[in-house]
Amino acid sequence: MMSEGSSFMKGMILGGIFCLVMSFFETFNSGTHSEGHEHLHHHLKPVSKDELEKLSESQMSDWTLQVRVYCLIMVTPKLLVHWATANDTWSKHCDKSVFYTSESSKALEAVDLQEQDEWARLRKAIKHAYENAGDLRWFFVARPTTFAIIENLKYLVLDKDPSQPFYIGHTEKSGELDYVEYDSGIVLSYEAMRRLIGMFKDEDRCPERGHALWKTPEEKQLATCLKYSGVFAENGEDAQGKGLFNKKSVSSLISDNMGQNPADAVEACCSDMAITFAGMSPSQMQVLMYGVYRLRPYGHDFHDSLTFLPPKDSDND
Amino acid sequence: MKALGARSAFYVGFVVGTCTLYVLLRQVGFTRDLGSGESEAHEKSLLEMVEEENKNWKKERSALFNLNHPHHTGEDGTLADTLYKHVRILCWVMTGPNNLEKKARHVKATWSRHCNIVVFISSVDDPDFPTVGLNTKEGRDQLYWKTIRAFHYVMDKHGDEADWFLKADDDTYVIVDNLRWILASHSPEDPVYFGRRFKPYVKQGYMSGGAGYVLSKEALRRFVEGFRTKVCTHTSSVEDLALGQCMEKVGVVAGDSRDTLQRETFHPFVPESHLTGTVSKTFWYWNYCYYPIVQGPQCCSDLAVSFHYVDPSHMYLLEYYTYHLRAFGYKYRYQPPEPNVIQDFNAPAPDKVETGDIEEKLGVEQQEGEKKSPELNEKL
Repeated sequence: MMSEGSSFMKGMILGGIFCLVMSFFETFNSGTHSEGHEHLHHHLKPVSKDELEKLSESQMSDWTLQVRVYCLIMVTPKLLVHWATANDTWSKHCDKSVFYTSESSKALEAVDLQEQDEWARLRKAIKHAYENAGDLRWFFVARPTTFAIIENLKYLVLDKDPSQPFYIGHTEKSGELDYVEYDSGIVLSYEAMRRLIGMFKDEDRCPERGHALWKTPEEKQLATCLKYSGVFAENGEDAQGKGLFNKKSVSSLISDNMGQNPADAVEACCSDMAITFAGMSPSQMQVLMYGVYRLRPYGHDFHDSLTFLPPKDSDND
Repeated sequence: MKALGARSAFYVGFVVGTCTLYVLLRQVGFTRDLGSGESEAHEKSLLEMVEEENKNWKKERSALFNLNHPHHTGEDGTLADTLYKHVRILCWVMTGPNNLEKKARHVKATWSRHCNIVVFISSVDDPDFPTVGLNTKEGRDQLYWKTIRAFHYVMDKHGDEADWFLKADDDTYVIVDNLRWILASHSPEDPVYFGRRFKPYVKQGYMSGGAGYVLSKEALRRFVEGFRTKVCTHTSSVEDLALGQCMEKVGVVAGDSRDTLQRETFHPFVPESHLTGTVSKTFWYWNYCYYPIVQGPQCCSDLAVSFHYVDPSHMYLLEYYTYHLRAFGYKYRYQPPEPNVIQDFNAPAPDKVETGDIEEKLGVEQQEGEKKSPELNEKL
């Protein structure tokens, strides 16, 4: 009995020391790591208001044309209600929106890629979009569980040249790799798409079907292929540094910020020019549609230098 | 046997030790995210917040007087400012001592900041919040008593300081700027009141309590006078219906608050219910609405005035949607016409010279009131 007791105590003490050592090690490591990577982290902001005001009429109309967006919405029949909601709401504000599905659904129209593997599907969709882009130069990839405010996306990339490689969204880090989170939407310029499709041919560095036992999420595979072609992830933020791409819903973000100081909840939660929110129910997305494109206080005007007209044949915006 | 027992005891001890210390460390906040830095930042912003509040509000006579119409960075609020000066709204919010922390303070932090004057009506006086206690108890059966006393109170104490008098619950969200748009086309000397119009029981209809309703100054005068002459009495505790019956008796018109496309502006439920059409067909609602019910996107005006059953986090959500979130450069489909009295409003506001008993009663307080208005006029 005595030896068991003392063994137990020895074990406990050793366990405690082990835990302490591990936490020290972890904090030290993550400390140096995050410092180092902070410098490499790209931040992308919209053009300033002053810059915008200086521009000529013809420059404005050039930019309005240049900034048109092709939306690739990656759906599956399992997400039918969100698919229908995206179809009925935000996707109407894309200059061209195409739904790419794993298998066809009788209810809604889509390009049927007949592919169950998500990464393979994404590759096919990207190739299809690039070939059918016409003169559109910006591409936005999202699932129907994301809600995007395309006008604010246009505002972010307004002064960026799409013949340069851009890969923008909410960036995260996985070891050495900076990648854009899928849930909050992925923005790619025409040049980034072109390089990416070139890299698809490289079966070693950018394979279609991975050989690992576990599946790497397609967002990371995408980041890897882009990295090899010299395109790096950039975090989209507003002039104050607030993220524009959100992987949470508006209500979660508000609840997160309500805890400390509720009065700040609105200021702290989200940018005025937010581009995406994720994880919202179809009803919440209908409310967001109303909140962005219709609900407003009378007498408060913003004299924006550019005008985007409402889409035809729509009544919820 | 003994050796085996000792070894497993060691392993168990190891696991227990690791887990215990891990939990302990987490509690102490050893992880990188938490640290003294954050709590400091929080404290600073609390102080800043209190200072900010004192700059924007004057707490006097148990009411909050708005000194600065809230402005947003980058916006042109001249039209809203003009309406703010000429369509003065006193908002009184029905609450209770148990709801100050739960609900009323979120009203205070959001939409009520856009009223010219705010009064929180309770059963208990609280000079800090501030709330006004009105010699009533709490409970649903006290609602009409609270309402009667509240309107008498605001008439008495603030009758000259506002043109319109809004009643709301502590779970109503109101967009005051849009209310001004509606009211600007009417005179406060007209006997009229607005809200979400219901049709049963009262010939001209009555206004839903939860969705909020607003009385013109003349309507308020007649309400108070009605009780003095006993034309109106405490008939029931169903506050909105009883008030509606009184209004009809004293000749106050039940107005049409819909926008120029006949879309409702005052709403008895949250936006989701109206927009996604989830109000069941057997629900009372379907038999109550005075105007034809529309579900889906056309349920609600772009210039919505109110929603009801809004919980605290939802208040912040609506504040974000209304005053913050927008689509860059978007040309709204609905272009509301400017109220035609805006031209008159752009002339400088005349000094109000009023006569009557009320003025004499107020006496000193009236002078105080006038001391405040030059501040507001200066902003012109």
